[in-house]
Amino acid sequence: MSDWPDQIFEALQGADVRQIAYVPDAGHKRLIERARADSTIHAVSLTTEAEGPAVLAGAWLGGQRGALLMQSSGVGNCPNMLATTQTCRFPLLMLVTMRGEFGEFNPWQLSMGQAAGPMLEMMGTRTFRLDDAADAGPMTAAAAAMAFEGQMAVAVLIAQRLIGTKNFGK
Amino acid sequence: MTDRANSFEIRRREVAQRLLDDNPDALVIAGLGATVWDLTAAGDRHSTFPLWGAMGGAAAMGLGLALAQPEKRVIVVTGDGEQLMGLGALATVAVQRPANLAIVVFDNESYGETGMQATHTAAGVDLAGVARAAGFPTIVSANTNAELDDALQTVSSGKGPVFAWLKVRAEASPFALPPKDGAWLKDRFRRHLLGPAAVGEG
Repeated sequence: MSDWPDQIFEALQGADVRQIAYVPDAGHKRLIERARADSTIHAVSLTTEAEGPAVLAGAWLGGQRGALLMQSSGVGNCPNMLATTQTCRFPLLMLVTMRGEFGEFNPWQLSMGQAAGPMLEMMGTRTFRLDDAADAGPMTAAAAAMAFEGQMAVAVLIAQRLIGTKNFGK
Repeated sequence: MTDRANSFEIRRREVAQRLLDDNPDALVIAGLGATVWDLTAAGDRHSTFPLWGAMGGAAAMGLGLALAQPEKRVIVVTGDGEQLMGLGALATVAVQRPANLAIVVFDNESYGETGMQATHTAAGVDLAGVARAAGFPTIVSANTNAELDDALQTVSSGKGPVFAWLKVRAEASPFALPPKDGAWLKDRFRRHLLGPAAVGEG
């Protein structure tokens, strides 16, 4: 099942996500293309992942739902903004493509890849791990429901093994 | 704090009051620190979301709000230190080009909450120049009260995204603190803008 990014995108549409903020990752290439091609969605390219929780807090204040796409290294840019997310009980749905895992070719990714999940949890984020492509749609839908109904931060951590090393262009 | 900033004639509390008086229907994000106290002193409105944290995030939050509410004027009011922490967000805003968003920086060249240490603007960093280079279509600056009228008119009705850079006197004003419960402030804002159902009422 190789169309997991499409399954995620359709789950985001099903959850009425209207703003998709992102810092690109190879694993999110398809999802970003889908978001940018959809005229009903604001695709917001960021200079740093730290802008993401702030943009999507603003979206929620204005009555729109959003999602933040990033790779695991970007999690390290976010904690102070995640503190505001938690303090204000803003909903925040994050889709994190993992680096520093199975087949990683860049050892400089190992440290943040290992820390990303615990760091998110330390900042009050519920994390789900996506290892099986067949779970992509249902897990995204469940995470979205938890984020928007529970008014909390929820992250889906997408396993590097699922993304596939062939996507890294090396 | 620099002696220079100590002599700027624009008074921040007066500007905050004029911003609220001139824009009764605007949605306002107040950046961490003295700009929150300024806007609270001007009136603790339900349509203002005051930030007790998230330093560097005010402009980005204004962007998400402006995209979600394109028919409403959205005004971010923040300080030079807060905006310096989020310079990248100015590029993100300029790329999105929300026509309804204005970012107003009260620049006293100082970190006001921590002992009035100099910010980079005291050394000459040109925030309007950063906004111009990022691609903001409308940029106004005011160093004197005489320049303020035009600047505030642009904030109210200029084609956005607007960046307004106001040099304000480095002065400590009396604290005027908004409520501190972030979840409650969020729901207060949403209830005002979106109605009771948005916060589970009715």
